[in-house]
Amino acid sequence: MSGRRRLSLAWLATVPFFAYTILFLFLPAGSVLIGAFQGTVHGYTFGNVRQLFNHPYIDAYKTSIEVSLVTSVIGGVAGLFIAYAAIREGTPRWIRSALTTFSGVAANFGGIPLAFAFIATLGPLGIITVFFRKHGWDPTQHGLSLFSKTGVELTYMYFQLPLMILVIAPAIDGLRKEWREASANLGGSQLQFWRYIGVPVLMPSLLGAIILLFGNAFAAYATAYSLTSGTVNLVPILIGAYYSGNVLNNPHLAQAMAFGMFVVLALMMVIYIPLQRRAARWAK
Amino acid sequence: MAPSAFLWLLLGALYFFIPLIATTLFSLKSNQTGHCCTAANYSWVIHSAAFWHSLKISALLALETIVISLLLFVPTIYWVHLKLPKLRPVIAFLALIPFVVPPIVMVVGLLRFFKGTPSWFYAQPWGFLAGAYVILAFPYMFFSLDAGFRAIDVHTLTEASQSLGARWTTTLVKVILPNIRAAALAGSFLTLAIVMGEFTIANLSAFHTFPIFIQYVNESQGFPAASLTLLSFGITWAAMGSLLLVGRKRGTGGAVVAGAR
Repeated sequence: MSGRRRLSLAWLATVPFFAYTILFLFLPAGSVLIGAFQGTVHGYTFGNVRQLFNHPYIDAYKTSIEVSLVTSVIGGVAGLFIAYAAIREGTPRWIRSALTTFSGVAANFGGIPLAFAFIATLGPLGIITVFFRKHGWDPTQHGLSLFSKTGVELTYMYFQLPLMILVIAPAIDGLRKEWREASANLGGSQLQFWRYIGVPVLMPSLLGAIILLFGNAFAAYATAYSLTSGTVNLVPILIGAYYSGNVLNNPHLAQAMAFGMFVVLALMMVIYIPLQRRAARWAK
Repeated sequence: MAPSAFLWLLLGALYFFIPLIATTLFSLKSNQTGHCCTAANYSWVIHSAAFWHSLKISALLALETIVISLLLFVPTIYWVHLKLPKLRPVIAFLALIPFVVPPIVMVVGLLRFFKGTPSWFYAQPWGFLAGAYVILAFPYMFFSLDAGFRAIDVHTLTEASQSLGARWTTTLVKVILPNIRAAALAGSFLTLAIVMGEFTIANLSAFHTFPIFIQYVNESQGFPAASLTLLSFGITWAAMGSLLLVGRKRGTGGAVVAGAR
């Protein structure tokens, strides 16, 4: 009996944490869910969610998903190559620690300052733009603009690559030297090592990391906001416009868009969790 | 070094350093003539009252967020490690949620849910915004502190303290806290970096924090914005550098940060 009483008292100590989580996480989340299905006047409706499949909302989802896919796949693969280049034998050890340190900072260097750094580089007066213009080739006259979807993708790479490097480095460490030696002893070539050992071992971590990167880009708001002043139609930008602009005639539509983002990310997690489980098998 | 490895590292270095060099060059140009080199942009920043005001708001917000999350997490994680180990996965899962939910979705929910609450909470950064930032800090605080608690023997320390007659509060403050100091500092530096760069929630709830000020200068004056950008990068560096410094001690774990986007 006394054991049971102690247990119930033990639970009490965690009440503040759970109370905070409920108040600031679950109730607001529930509020989005309810709001997404509420009509402007009264009652419940699927109208808001149905409207997400019309212009411009469906286009925003397409653009957001496209930007996230492009930056996560290209960023993921390029990040893998950079991380492998830093970790593989033959590369001085200090390069790896320098890369990890720098990635820790760069993965956190997003938003407004990042947008500015790219404007200073590739904007209309950016140093690279000016450099090319001086040499007789004006990028802006060839339809290349930083304030476009491609520009946003290029800028997002600045936080996608470092995140990939940080996330994938432990998996690359898991590629044991013995496997490479064993493969070589059995007459396997470099290519065969990667085809039959390296890529299959890394694949679950690689896919998991790419999905993480997808969510990272999908959630991004500040960078695109500052870079394009809202001209590139992304879901977070559209939601933000509903709050900061004067177009808030139906707040439930913004809540429905937020709900839609959550659905996309939930689908992502459904893929991510089993991949993460498989990847964990090869970790040290 | 293999040629291909060299090539990849070179490409990476170019991609990462050129924007920083470009920003540095921009920060040295005169805002009137556009020519190099002047320190006027830096002195403009230092003499701007709005800069100090917004920086102060963000720094105090960071401090408040750190204090609240430490008060929330240290006793909870201590208790979970000591008495309720079965609860650990539940708390780990809850702490991970803010890492997955985009801030833009979070702020939509917070704005709707807390609409109509008293203005000392809803209209003040110290209320609404700090409340939201504690949630943003969840993953970083939890995983830093959890690693710290795992590296020490919570049971032995607690038993030793209690057999000497110490109360729970004494045990927590004088025995446990000094042993997880490095982990608490690591979580605090991560939180600092997050709060100092957070834009989405502050913008949608219309509070004038430091990133909002940078965006305002961005829109109005190009070259001073460059010096602010470098300053902001410097703050991130300082926070991450401090993290690495305390990280040398055992038990701070390697936290991956994905901050302001």
